[in-house]
Amino acid sequence: MSDQALKTTPLNAAHRALGARMVGFGGYDMPVQYEGVLAEHRWTREHVGLFDVSHMGQARITGTDAIAQFERFVPGDYEIVKPGKQKYTLLLNEQGGVMDDLMAGKPFEDGLYIVVNAGNKDADFAFLNANLSGDAKLEVLDRALLAIQGPEAAAVMAAHSAELADMGFMDCRAIRLFDEDCIVSRSGYTGEDGYEISLPSAAAERVWNLLLSDERVKPVGLGARDSLRLEAGLPLHGHDIDAATTPVEAGLTFALSKSRKERADFAGADVILKQLADGPARVRVGLHVKEGAPAREGAEIADMDGAVIGKVTSGGPSPSQGRNIAMGYVPPAFAELGAELKVLVRGRPAAAEVVATPFVPTRYYRKPKA
Amino acid sequence: MKFTKDHEWVRLDGDVATVGISKHAADALGDVVFVETPEAGKTVSVGDSFAVVESVKAASDVYAPIAGEVIEGNAVLASAPETVNADAEGEGWFAKIKVSDASVLDGLMDRAAYDAYLTTL
Repeated sequence: MSDQALKTTPLNAAHRALGARMVGFGGYDMPVQYEGVLAEHRWTREHVGLFDVSHMGQARITGTDAIAQFERFVPGDYEIVKPGKQKYTLLLNEQGGVMDDLMAGKPFEDGLYIVVNAGNKDADFAFLNANLSGDAKLEVLDRALLAIQGPEAAAVMAAHSAELADMGFMDCRAIRLFDEDCIVSRSGYTGEDGYEISLPSAAAERVWNLLLSDERVKPVGLGARDSLRLEAGLPLHGHDIDAATTPVEAGLTFALSKSRKERADFAGADVILKQLADGPARVRVGLHVKEGAPAREGAEIADMDGAVIGKVTSGGPSPSQGRNIAMGYVPPAFAELGAELKVLVRGRPAAAEVVATPFVPTRYYRKPKA
Repeated sequence: MKFTKDHEWVRLDGDVATVGISKHAADALGDVVFVETPEAGKTVSVGDSFAVVESVKAASDVYAPIAGEVIEGNAVLASAPETVNADAEGEGWFAKIKVSDASVLDGLMDRAAYDAYLTTL
């Protein structure tokens, strides 16, 4: 029995021409590295990394009922989101578990523009199609998506559009850019300043090459995308969060809007509100693994007596900090900053300590107040 | 210098063998971020996992190409694991082993045979 062939983004040939090492991810044939994961990671923190994230799902929800219907499944208040802005949110099931994490915003006059994880997009869109009522309609957008991230990203993009410099973190606008109708948000998955640019698939290769012609910009693959987001303390769905994990357990309560909690009018609200009141049984923490090899997903976390109390959900080296870091879940009693724990790596206990996330300070661009 | 099908190399000098992973293996791994080398005094048999080499994403076992007693693990790799990428077949050696039976080297590939083997993969 053969696997179904991997899907490709519009940039597949471009990645191969750059000598990228390719891997299957989310059903797509994707570049995991070009020059090397560590080099690409460091370049993004120091200059500009360009990522092909076209495998992710993009869609619009339109209709007069768009926002009210979308809100049934997310805990964010989207009525108050202003035009030209987006918010991070969570698609919830009836148990309060996270089916996916996503961005949803208002680059257009009406409705919402959403970006979901590649591995979940078919399920997300099927779910929304089946459950959105009234005149709310989901329209999947078959477009490319690029992320340009790093301290010099704004300078690189300023040459292409003065309007981008005017955007602050989490702004989301429909903009004419590179002679194309684009949707641009000032956000990303690295902790750095940068933009995510949705553009027509037919323009992807031209724009990719145009951006790479700037010597400050290098292509970055999924390997460094993962090490960058880990340093930024950002969860990866399917690993740090999943359908059996609530936003309270995951430390994502900032995505629960005050008005929505008061109305308790979203899927899983009863479970989530109870956890907010009583405390969850486990919470996500950041760990500094102080000795030995990196602790990776699945490694057990133990207390100082050796009793297993939790599990690592993401882990690896932190190239920026020269130490090994991880995220995992432990009971709240063990979650205080500075708590000393053990992580079992290849059966051997290694000293670890609970530390704050993000591990590496984030550098999102906040606009100066007028 | 001899090579195994698992991409380890052995260089014999008297009855001391220096062992590591091939440049091909190091390139395939990508950036090496951690190496666990064996302690002096450890006895290894052919095919035992005697070291671990880790890339950013995953850990891989390294198998002993010859049997004997470990004299020394390469201490440099603890602080500079990237040495494996920079010079896998030289400074990036993993361990020195006092060999109990050197005849097993006769069954391993020389450089030309290993290079030919790589083209079949």
